[in-house]
Amino acid sequence: MKACVIVFPGSNCDMDTFHALKTVAGFDTDLRWHRDTDLAGYDLIVIPGGFSYGDHLRAGAIARFAPALREVAAAAARGVRVLGICNGFQILLEAGLLPGAMLRNNTLQFRHEWVNLRVDSTSTPFTRECDPVRVLRMPIAHGEGSYFADAETISRLKHEGRVVFTYTDDNGRAVREANPNGSLSNIAAITNERGNVLGMMPHPERCSEPVLGGEDGAMIWRSLAA
Amino acid sequence: MALPGGLGNVVESVVDDRVTDEALEAVALNRFEYHRILELLGRPPNELELGMFGALWSEHCGYKHSRALLRRLTTESPSLLVKAGEENAGAVDIGDGLAIVFKVESHNHPSAVEPFEGAATGVGGIIRDIFTMGARPIALFDSLRFGPLDTPRNRYLAGGIIGGVGSYGNCVGIPTVGGEVVVEDCYAGNPLVNAMCVGLLRHDQLTRAEAVGEANPIILVGADTGRDGIQGATFASVEDPEKSARGVVQVGNPFLEKLLIEACLEALTTGAIVGLQDLGAAGLTSSSVEAAARTGAGVWIDVDKVSRRAARMTPYEVMLSESQERMLVVAEKGREEEIVAVFDKWGLHSDVIGAVTSDAHVTVAESGTPVARIPIEHLNNPPEYRLPVELPDYLATVNDLDIGEIPEPDDVAEAFLSLLSSPNIASRECVYRTYDQTVGSNTVAGPGADAAVLRIKEANRAIALSTDGNGRICYLNPRAGGAMAVAEAARNVVCSGARPLAITNCLNFGSPDNPAVYYQLAEVIEGMAEACAAFDIPVTGGNVSLYNEADGVQIFPTPVIGMLGVIDDVDLRVGIAFAGEGDLIAVIGYVHGSLDGSEYLKLAHGQIKGRPDIDLSREVAVQSVCTSAIEARLLTSAHDISDGGLAVALAESCFAGGIGAAVDPGSTSARSDELWFGEAPSRILVSLVPGNLEEAKALASARDIAFEVIGRVGGGDIVLGDDVTVPLDSAREKWSTGLSAALSGKSAAH
Repeated sequence: MKACVIVFPGSNCDMDTFHALKTVAGFDTDLRWHRDTDLAGYDLIVIPGGFSYGDHLRAGAIARFAPALREVAAAAARGVRVLGICNGFQILLEAGLLPGAMLRNNTLQFRHEWVNLRVDSTSTPFTRECDPVRVLRMPIAHGEGSYFADAETISRLKHEGRVVFTYTDDNGRAVREANPNGSLSNIAAITNERGNVLGMMPHPERCSEPVLGGEDGAMIWRSLAA
Repeated sequence: MALPGGLGNVVESVVDDRVTDEALEAVALNRFEYHRILELLGRPPNELELGMFGALWSEHCGYKHSRALLRRLTTESPSLLVKAGEENAGAVDIGDGLAIVFKVESHNHPSAVEPFEGAATGVGGIIRDIFTMGARPIALFDSLRFGPLDTPRNRYLAGGIIGGVGSYGNCVGIPTVGGEVVVEDCYAGNPLVNAMCVGLLRHDQLTRAEAVGEANPIILVGADTGRDGIQGATFASVEDPEKSARGVVQVGNPFLEKLLIEACLEALTTGAIVGLQDLGAAGLTSSSVEAAARTGAGVWIDVDKVSRRAARMTPYEVMLSESQERMLVVAEKGREEEIVAVFDKWGLHSDVIGAVTSDAHVTVAESGTPVARIPIEHLNNPPEYRLPVELPDYLATVNDLDIGEIPEPDDVAEAFLSLLSSPNIASRECVYRTYDQTVGSNTVAGPGADAAVLRIKEANRAIALSTDGNGRICYLNPRAGGAMAVAEAARNVVCSGARPLAITNCLNFGSPDNPAVYYQLAEVIEGMAEACAAFDIPVTGGNVSLYNEADGVQIFPTPVIGMLGVIDDVDLRVGIAFAGEGDLIAVIGYVHGSLDGSEYLKLAHGQIKGRPDIDLSREVAVQSVCTSAIEARLLTSAHDISDGGLAVALAESCFAGGIGAAVDPGSTSARSDELWFGEAPSRILVSLVPGNLEEAKALASARDIAFEVIGRVGGGDIVLGDDVTVPLDSAREKWSTGLSAALSGKSAAH
């Protein structure tokens, strides 16, 4: 598995993601700069969390114009796996690689907490090793994570099995109390039609080792390696 | 008039020896200091020079009122790579060729005027102190103190400060893993914002903030220089910041700071940087003078070369601007381009604004002509005061607590629940959930634990850190309070399984011109010194914030201690959570506390009275028993018994573990309020499997310390002897909502 993490000015989960991919997952991993225009040869491209360009204007709104994003779009079209985490998810939405948009959290506050995630699809390359009946625990940390799309899009996402993670209670029920940000249908992660582009708000790179309080995030690396 | 040294024409001096009181007050100097300047220079300073003296001789930069007292603190230790005062922060060896750089600093006065930006720039400022040493910042802590939350003004200040702390730390990508929220009447109108940053480096990455090497270029990088924050240092050193304009408070840009961190750390790898210094209080003036003072060199600054945000800025404004997110780089001559290229990559522009000289002067030039020229040693050696000390009148009154006049609670359960929902005891989750606690992927234990624990990726070890202050105790007994602040911070780190290594400190006090306040300052420092000696740990540096008063009310003397400890094997780490049904619950040290200075006494009886005290040798022994027991893997949990006493510590361990507990110390002699809610140092609540009891007891008795089993973990209730039986969930409900209700103005009681 050859992977890269794209670094934007203001990315702040880039090194965490690099550590998880390289040291924990054992992938051959590079850091690539947002101005780089040649991203050929990677099996996995990760757009990490953070505040690219300071979240100025709107989270992800400026990063979508970065030279590297053209290459990400081209790679996605070739079937390369693309994973956007947190700010990376926001960037993928702004770039049109995934449908919908992120609104400010309904609390109007930045929110950090560990959440429960139900795995709604194990047919993606990112989740094929997950146990669909086991609820995963991962941290979230964002101010703009309220997923929004029109009713038709939400319905399509559900019918096509493109909702990958849903915020739930301990028992996997998508109740309102388990929704940390006001996302429609408690949606935490979605894929594109082809299934090779995943956007997720929780941070798997922060929970891939037992010492950090959980290693459910490593399920994603294991799935990608499988 | 001509400057000495044949420097040609100079600007007309606007203040001379007939300088007005108003002109001196504007730069926070007194007439004695002005005459000292005349003597040192042998001529009157001009306006710019006077402003530079005012900034560097301010309490904020020059510690003129506290330096003599601070010498009492131990700064020596074999584990220190950089000692207090040598650089921007101390550096402590943690083994494996790694070191930790850490420091706590205040931003109280700006936060009283503009809470969001005041707190945000406080965080930004302390981060620069850390990466300027070549360290990558890995953690933030924020110790916050507010006035009573029953007024909209105090809630506005609290909300703005919490928002500013979160906004800056989250964006810059450094986890906020601990801190404090304390509510007390004395902080109304003068909230305290103390931010601590922790950085990690390899020994060979340690960078000095030195202006060294004649003709080496001085490069200013980061933000443009504007009119914001001019005279911020002097502003922080006067009594009533409200009188001053809001314009002295700077506006933070955490995105720019993030770029600066990455660019500086990358530029350091070129090897072309000989010195790196952040710009904080007093901006370009203090950064250039401090960097030169470390080597005995001089600096030449050309103000025309400084990129500006505003047109027609005077040399005075450029030299004293406190615009945020700026760094001063001293480069190796001829290698400027390598450094500039790195800053270009990160979209930051850099200006070569001057050079290192060998004349031991700071010379400021405009259009090639010197407009200020001062020997660095004069600027860097402010007068040192030892002010009159007077035993405060209030002490006799507040120390006289007659416990017989305090009625015991009719309903202990009700008292317990109301204590759990007190803003000083209730869960801080509503605050810390707005902070990113896990970015960096090092957080093993974050807010809510006794100490934050961070793993070190490069080694198997971890560090544990805690910030603790205790204004109320220092108010009642300044000497013991200073010692107890250090002891509690150490106890928190020890309860996590770490050995304490070193402290940083922020001393928040009222006006030193008040002899009673100066007494508090002297005594608190003495107490801290005694405790550091008892624990054999050094002080690595810190910050002094004086003149904290509003409407004539002096704040409680409030030292905030930042304690660093190391855990050699991260697997040894222990948390506060009860875990196993049937585990024994025990107290290391005395079970009983006292009502002196307790949260309960204030909450239930409206009294801040008593004379809390500490026996340091006992404290050291209690902590060493805990450390030995953890290292022998005998304990399941360990938790410092502090605010709210035994009952609250027990409840917190229950909440963390999601399991109930029943305790009964079996003593009938004590009052129920003293037994359950009394506070005293040197007490640790632990749990352990029954099979480990004998070994744990033996460790304690070897040090002549009690290890008393008081109950068992289990069930769905919290049971305090015959006095209280409450369901875990209803107790947790009180505890979970107490602070959030108060912060949102929805609390009836507060």
